[in-house]
Amino acid sequence: MTEFTSGTLTGKNLHLSFGHNHVLRGIDLHVEKGTTASVIGPSGSGKSTLLRVMNRLIEPDQGDILLDGRSVLKDNPDELRQRIGMVFQQFNLFPHKTVLDNVSLALRKLRKLSKDEARAEALEQLDLVGLKHKADARPANLSGGQQQRVAIARALAMKPEVMFFDEATSALDPELVKGVLALMTDLAKGGMTMVVVTHEMGFSRNVSDTVTFMDAGVVVESGPPEQIFTAPATDRLKGFLSDVL
Amino acid sequence: MDLLDQLGETFLNWEEMAKVVPSLLTVGLPNTLILALASGILGSLLGLLLALMGISRNPVARWAARIYTDLFRGLPAILVILVIGIGLSPIARELTGNRNPYPLGILALTLIAGAYIGEIFRSGIQSVEKGQLEASRALGFSYGKSMRLVVVPQGIRRVLPALVNQFISLLKDSSLVFVLGLAASDREIFRIGNDAMANTGNLSPLVAAGVLYLILTVPLTHFVNFIDNRLRTGRPEKKEPDELAAPIGKGAQA
Repeated sequence: MTEFTSGTLTGKNLHLSFGHNHVLRGIDLHVEKGTTASVIGPSGSGKSTLLRVMNRLIEPDQGDILLDGRSVLKDNPDELRQRIGMVFQQFNLFPHKTVLDNVSLALRKLRKLSKDEARAEALEQLDLVGLKHKADARPANLSGGQQQRVAIARALAMKPEVMFFDEATSALDPELVKGVLALMTDLAKGGMTMVVVTHEMGFSRNVSDTVTFMDAGVVVESGPPEQIFTAPATDRLKGFLSDVL
Repeated sequence: MDLLDQLGETFLNWEEMAKVVPSLLTVGLPNTLILALASGILGSLLGLLLALMGISRNPVARWAARIYTDLFRGLPAILVILVIGIGLSPIARELTGNRNPYPLGILALTLIAGAYIGEIFRSGIQSVEKGQLEASRALGFSYGKSMRLVVVPQGIRRVLPALVNQFISLLKDSSLVFVLGLAASDREIFRIGNDAMANTGNLSPLVAAGVLYLILTVPLTHFVNFIDNRLRTGRPEKKEPDELAAPIGKGAQA
């Protein structure tokens, strides 16, 4: 796996409410350059929302987001999102475009590469995820695991400094999870800065450098995986781990 | 038998039909097609604009689209055609020096079609999963580019059958421009059949006009069913198993 020009991402005191629903209540998350932070917690705890706030798909009500130490809240959010790749639970490939076009679309329209350059670049990314031979297929004709690997290639093609994974394996059949997790592990080892919202405790424990446990919009506990999984300090984390392990 | 003969004479007088067929084909058909195609294309552009306004975050745009749509869907087509065709004719004459009501007929049909097509586009665009816009925005595309490159093309594809249905309506409603009193060379299928009927006192020319409408609309109806099926089931392509996973989980596939 190639080396990445990755960055350090910091969320400070992030707050977000939808009406009376206070979804994020002052979240701090720091992901050092080249490391992987996994975010675990029960559903509805605000994990996925946190990712969307940190790439400003949803603007925070309060708090700050820093990329390499500089606040990005005043930047054009579209430019910020070009620097942060995101992979979704439901893949969200563009069904009306071929696999190749899914990967090359942003290269042509945002990075302004020529058609041939974009094609070469996209094929290279597809090769990295082992799907170069599917370049001309439609997403609907791929398995879920293949679709998710294309989605990863699509995000990587923009040469992001940080990658977000939002429960990237939750919608996959069990036998397809492995291939996607293996790819994510390769990325982590290759030095990509990653924020991984996941229910895969094995991945969280073995691959990530830090684990953050969220519940009801707050960070309850955060630390290295051994500490979180073998010596949980709070009852909430203990209860959660006994439910999922 | 007298009664049958009389009915045959009234509706199926071949001689009267034969007389009207040349002008139906050379004058009526092109004019009907021009009216329907021109207002169909312009109405689609207007409809797309209305649809985008209807889903925009700007409340003024949303309301404007809402009011427009309620107005033009809520009025009888013939009333709109008369009001536009007659009401705007002094202005049109002032601006273009042209007294011909034909362009105003196209305008009226366009305004009506736009309201219906706008609703069709809006439902199609809104049926596209939220994740598509989210994925596109996450790549760094602006809202406008995301709509143009990702969401709208998918939405339009889904409503193709409804659009063809709308075009069938338009083909038929184009007959209503007869109320504007068009010049002989501008008359469409219905008006030509109707004129011939009035001249001869025989209904057969109108029957011929009706047959010509059916020749246009029935194949389109079946075309709708065809693309509808095609969109629903897709081309028969088989899914391939994930090569990486295939050795692991054959049993779990079922």
